[in-house]
Amino acid sequence: MSLEDASLDILPGELLAVVGENGAGKSSLMNVLYGLYQPDAGTFLMDGKPVRLKSPRDAIARGIGMVHQHFMLVPTLTVAENVVLGREPTRRGLLDLNRACAEVAATAKRFGFQLDPRARVDTLTVGSQQKVEIVKALHRGAQVLILDEPTAVLTPQESDELAQVMRGLVAQGRTVVLISHKLKEVLGVADRVAVMRRGRTVAVVRAAETSVSALASLMVGEGSRGAALTGVPATSAPGVHDSQGEHAGTVTAGPIVLEAKDLRAKGDNGRPALQGVSLTVHAGEIVGIAGVDGNGQRELAEVLTGLRALEGGGGTLLGGPLAGLTPTLAKARGVGHVPEDRLARAVVKAMTVEENVALGRHRQPPFARGPWVDFKGRRERATQLLATYDVRPPDPTVALQALSGGNQQKVVVARELDAEPKLLVVVQPTRGLDIGAVAQVHARLREAKARGAGVVMVSLDLEEVLALSDRVYVLYEGRVTGHFPRKDLDERELGRRMLGAESDHG
Amino acid sequence: MLEVLHSLLFSTLDAAPALVFAALGAMLSERAGVVSVGVEGMMRTGAFCAAVAALAMPTPTAVLVGMAAGAGIAAVHGYLSIRWRSDQVVSGMALNLVAMAGGTFLLESLYGPNGTPAITQLPRWDLPGLSAVPLLGALSGHAAPTYLALTLPFVFHLLLTRTPLGLRLRAVGDKPHAVATLGLSVSRLRWGAVLGGGLMAGLGGAVLSTAVLDRFEQHTPAGLGFMALAAMVFGRWTPLGAFAAALFFAFGNALRIGLASSAPWLLDLVPQGFLLALPYLLTLLVLALQGQRGHAPAALGTPYEQESR
Repeated sequence: MSLEDASLDILPGELLAVVGENGAGKSSLMNVLYGLYQPDAGTFLMDGKPVRLKSPRDAIARGIGMVHQHFMLVPTLTVAENVVLGREPTRRGLLDLNRACAEVAATAKRFGFQLDPRARVDTLTVGSQQKVEIVKALHRGAQVLILDEPTAVLTPQESDELAQVMRGLVAQGRTVVLISHKLKEVLGVADRVAVMRRGRTVAVVRAAETSVSALASLMVGEGSRGAALTGVPATSAPGVHDSQGEHAGTVTAGPIVLEAKDLRAKGDNGRPALQGVSLTVHAGEIVGIAGVDGNGQRELAEVLTGLRALEGGGGTLLGGPLAGLTPTLAKARGVGHVPEDRLARAVVKAMTVEENVALGRHRQPPFARGPWVDFKGRRERATQLLATYDVRPPDPTVALQALSGGNQQKVVVARELDAEPKLLVVVQPTRGLDIGAVAQVHARLREAKARGAGVVMVSLDLEEVLALSDRVYVLYEGRVTGHFPRKDLDERELGRRMLGAESDHG
Repeated sequence: MLEVLHSLLFSTLDAAPALVFAALGAMLSERAGVVSVGVEGMMRTGAFCAAVAALAMPTPTAVLVGMAAGAGIAAVHGYLSIRWRSDQVVSGMALNLVAMAGGTFLLESLYGPNGTPAITQLPRWDLPGLSAVPLLGALSGHAAPTYLALTLPFVFHLLLTRTPLGLRLRAVGDKPHAVATLGLSVSRLRWGAVLGGGLMAGLGGAVLSTAVLDRFEQHTPAGLGFMALAAMVFGRWTPLGAFAAALFFAFGNALRIGLASSAPWLLDLVPQGFLLALPYLLTLLVLALQGQRGHAPAALGTPYEQESR
């Protein structure tokens, strides 16, 4: 696993942040503190006494609570049921839901949360669900609260609110451990910051005495890989810059590649997911789609790639009608797709890298010659792509699952861009990737744009949307609630629209 | 007319218990997230063991033996799917095949192909006040399982919706990781549900050999286990829904018997095989009409692994 000789001191009543790249071991360390994982070696002291946490039950009993990155809520149960689960109040052997609701309402009120205990969890916004998670821990008497990447899915407004909640808890004498990779945010709220790298804690610094860049270089380690952080990947093509401030030049809008009008589609649950979305994408621009998770972004991407049928609306996509689009048709017209869940939709993990590179174009040269697989051509092209896209290891014959997530994603991006798409639909292209891989993927998207492709980028990460997009549409409950050209991009305003605020202009 | 209805109702109530018990058992297991295609095999095991036991002991005790046998073979399913996280459909089907072949082998080697010797059936109870009332009289004259089948669904409903255990079972079928992070044991809950499901399926099987028939026959339960699964799906994984669906299927069965005996001319028009297939056709129709499995527990069929999210 991913921890090697990691040490961490947590002081009572402080707000400690733990930062590090993906895979640095932050979550693993916290899961050990919460009793979910068992350490192979090492000790854990609480108030100076050694303690063994065999399961979360032990951790909870000792006043440790954890809010996981992926919420641990049962979506079909109510808020109160989720909170009391495992320590249910009963009356004559039966569940006493009224008392449960009253207790949960009391806890929520004590800590200043607005929650309806009788609401079903799957009807709540992500921000509210997170509050349920926090209440769940506090309801169990948590003195130490661990929050794992709590702001990854929140709007800026919700993040601010969370920061206040955390400071409030610390003011009440509780201890908060915040895991994050958003350095700016961490510095704004934490007392101390612990930096992890490759399973070790490499530094612990006072937040007041450090800076974003100092933390960043601690995170990736000095030297060789430092370059990735400052934004210029070692392999990026000349002229392509990746820093946020320096956005690639003026936008010369090319011809329209996608014009969608009043798109309507149903989600997997049968409820309307798109309720009249109109958007335009030109060649040579990156159009960002921002929004809180579950507001129709996924369905929009699926409609544009032919994976989801339209219920209404239409338009043109690369010279053909959007209605009746199938994945084959989309591919034939030149749509590339980097889906959100690559293991489910983009690759076959048990097949080799070169086989995955050929997928989708396996009938065409250089991957095929007539009805036969062209092994030599495939090997050459795959080897060349692995080198260009800096996939490690650059071996086309290994099974894809042997690669790290970041390298798998690079393979997907390489394959899709190698087909020279005219419209590229990417969803959450850098989720779960480390900083170096993020920079590379971003650079590739800009290359695609420079080459003249229209790019539709769905991302839940507002920073990513802000960094890359020439224009941004904001989706809220299947409708466009905002449309901003780059010069008008404003994080606060985007956040407002993501929560459903409409406005008179735009 | 009244008489036809009466006899339809009577044979519905006679046929329902096996289906109701098996459907409740399957539901219990599946609500906790463990697929239960093995009910057919569990029923067969229960039916066989109950019949054999009834040769040596009082029939009510033999029914308990059948239940234990159902739980015993469910334990194999539990061991494979909870402990070793194997594919639950494959494990369940394997169970069915083992019960199918094992039952036939033991039957033929011990008693011959015609089934076990006849056993004493469970006693039928006459409800004195009721038997004279028109239609309601159909409630009288059944064996104990029928009355149990009329009450147990409500008990299960109470268990699932109103007790802490029920809340935990529902939670573990929808999001086992949430249950684990609260310090509860996912595997213990699932074990409980699988064994409880085995008891119920075993009971369903035992009822077939001790109340519906008076022996274990070659083909018992002849697909009733799958029909119970269909009832569970049709009933949207709820006790009362599964109950209603099981009654509906039992009614289809009664209709077949009723049609064949009260309107023999029908056999000239429709081949007997079609009538035999009627309950199964009803099952197919119902499942096709209902379509999607949108009501299934979210984590159904997914083995729980702590380090996966």
